[in-house]
Amino acid sequence: MNWGSWLVWGFAGTVVLTTLLAGSQGLGLTRMNIPYLLGTMFTPDRDRAKIYGVLVHLVNGWIFSLIYVSALHVTGLFTWWFGAAIGLVHGSFVIAAALPMMPGIHPRMASETRGPTVVRQLEPPGFLGQNYGIRTPVSVLVAHVMYGIVIGAWPATAG
Amino acid sequence: MNLPFRIDDYGLIGDGRSAALVSRGGSIDWLCWPRFDSAAVFAAVLDPDKGGTFRVASATPSRVTRRYLEGTNVLCTSFASRTGTLRVTDFMPVSSEEAKKTALFAEHEIVRIIECEAGEVDVEIAFAPRPGYARRRASLRAHPTLGVRLEQGRDLYTLRSDAPLELRDSGTAVARFSLRAGERRHACLTYDRDGPAVLPPIAPRCQEALERTLAFWRAWTARSTYDGPYRDAIERSVLALKLLSFAPSGAIVAAPTTSLPERVGGDLNWDYRFCWLRDASLTVRALLDLGYEEDASAFTSWLLHTTRLTRPELRVLYDVYGELPKGEHELSHLAGYGGSRPVRTRNAATQQLQLDVYGEVIDAVAHLVRRGARLDGETQEMLRDFGAYVFENWRSPDQGIWEPRDAPVHHTHSRVLCWVALDRLRELSARGALPKIPVDRFERAWTDIRAEVEARAFNPWIQSYTQVLGGATVDAALLLMSWYGFAEPWAPRMLSTYRRVCDRLEVAPGLFYRYEESRAKKEGAFGICCFWAVEHLARGGGALSDAEQRLQQLLGYANDLGLFAEEIDPVTGEALGNFPQAFTHVGLISAALALEERRRRAGEQASVRAASGRLDTSPRVHA
Repeated sequence: MNWGSWLVWGFAGTVVLTTLLAGSQGLGLTRMNIPYLLGTMFTPDRDRAKIYGVLVHLVNGWIFSLIYVSALHVTGLFTWWFGAAIGLVHGSFVIAAALPMMPGIHPRMASETRGPTVVRQLEPPGFLGQNYGIRTPVSVLVAHVMYGIVIGAWPATAG
Repeated sequence: MNLPFRIDDYGLIGDGRSAALVSRGGSIDWLCWPRFDSAAVFAAVLDPDKGGTFRVASATPSRVTRRYLEGTNVLCTSFASRTGTLRVTDFMPVSSEEAKKTALFAEHEIVRIIECEAGEVDVEIAFAPRPGYARRRASLRAHPTLGVRLEQGRDLYTLRSDAPLELRDSGTAVARFSLRAGERRHACLTYDRDGPAVLPPIAPRCQEALERTLAFWRAWTARSTYDGPYRDAIERSVLALKLLSFAPSGAIVAAPTTSLPERVGGDLNWDYRFCWLRDASLTVRALLDLGYEEDASAFTSWLLHTTRLTRPELRVLYDVYGELPKGEHELSHLAGYGGSRPVRTRNAATQQLQLDVYGEVIDAVAHLVRRGARLDGETQEMLRDFGAYVFENWRSPDQGIWEPRDAPVHHTHSRVLCWVALDRLRELSARGALPKIPVDRFERAWTDIRAEVEARAFNPWIQSYTQVLGGATVDAALLLMSWYGFAEPWAPRMLSTYRRVCDRLEVAPGLFYRYEESRAKKEGAFGICCFWAVEHLARGGGALSDAEQRLQQLLGYANDLGLFAEEIDPVTGEALGNFPQAFTHVGLISAALALEERRRRAGEQASVRAASGRLDTSPRVHA
């Protein structure tokens, strides 16, 4: 595996994913702000949370791209569509499993059943993240598919 | 005409980024989130049927009294009914920057604490948001633990309460319940753009937010250095000014509302949710004189930062981040306050030429420099550019301070403010704060402007300065000639101008129109002009007792909370125009401070006379 290429394209894929999600938020398709969601796990300071969140998301993006590249190597399918397929599975996992688990992981997130408390005040994502906007699942899926395409389409990942 | 509340039936709460009007009936009838000039989510003040409201009140007929908690912008409305007394405490929580680093806060929040003080009271809550100035359909969703939610694109509004809220229809949530003495409920409306939104828990957090907000406002109020006889009026005025300031940038909006009419049923309805440069100098001086250096400095920084975009030309108004609001727009679906149409958003005055703003901005900077502020290179360069612009353009006609939508003419006030601009630049140069300005050229223009004003703006037939060069009518802005130091208030020409202004513009004792056409247009008396008259007297244009009496009279026109609109109906005394109005409150502060200064000087002179009298008489006794 070409480690330099993985670092670059893992980063590029994460930037595309983050930009698409931020764009979706700007266009009113979703209110979900991934850096804010992640960063508030570490600090209640809204501004600082977004900075921490971006860093955490970047590292996550790199880690996940390693899994993508491994899958590409195992199958030998270094194509954009296979990258997109992995992205689809990944995105589905995020909305169907990871987001609903957030109230159990996030120290400041309220649960659907108990509601907010003094410590846990953040709105939970709800089914498929729809509390953050009815189009949130679509935005997440599209962003992850694009992430997969960026990694799958880059020829150097085959190196 | 459907008019449930008069304009002065409203009070204001805010958080330094947005503000809401709360009526005597306990309804929030105007709210724009996330900032002052955003689209309204409650606009019942402009259309009681369609506009949207959030009401918390006694369900039975009640006698209503209200007040702000001392030294704060926390509003208490009491409903005394046959069966008991209900108190609703309304506020937008505010926090220090330190607090924001240690706890989660919603982007915006309104807290309403509902308490029964005596007996038993039936309470009604009605939540009917109508986002986008009621152009969009509100589709509320009730969640068992997360509250009643309204999503509109990027925006999430959440109402949570420990009262039993239920959806009456897709656009309205209601609750009806009884409270006995000592019982308390809460309603908390939050707004967030980021997901996940912050949803504070109800009861403990509302009380904590109240304590935190009271402490914030009281600490801010305690910084005032004024301790004279008009303390209450000044405190309320400066608290209102603080509510109209946009904390992230330091801008101060003229008013938090749009299209509250200058004539009920008429078309003088404008959007004032922007920052007018013409208010700069008066505002900065008022804040400085009250000891709010940080706020004055933040406002001036906003002024200078903002004007970089259009430098060296200055526009009349900017939004809170210094952008030019584009394209005036009419909201034809709203009925307007008391049928006053059209309801307008944004303001076409942006495109006008008003030469007085140069004097205002430069004078604001001069006030700060007199208090020891230093100008960085960029600001110096900008001031030089402004000076060059004034030097080139002072002879041009303009629309002037009153913004008529007519062809430009030569306004005396604009000429005087061009003189002020050059005068203050000379002063800054002499202080060494502004090197490298063409002092000789500026001095020539400075002399020419004065000569022209004295030759062409004073009409010997009416023995008065006039609104326009070569004119025969007056406007109240002429009273500012002494404020800016163009003429001494006791100069014969100013004394006779004041008499003329009283003769032509004083519509009722203490109440002044802004100009002579106001009468025909059936406008109200212009709030700040009334205070200018007081200040002219206080600065030496008349007797101290006369000034005091007039100020006392004027304070009687504030509403029960001490708030003023832009205008006052000379017949009924009701508030007219956008509400509350920063400019009017700045005028009040300035006039009260001028009176205090006059009283202090009078006291000093009396002491000197008494002392010299003692010195004079002593030798005689011994002789």
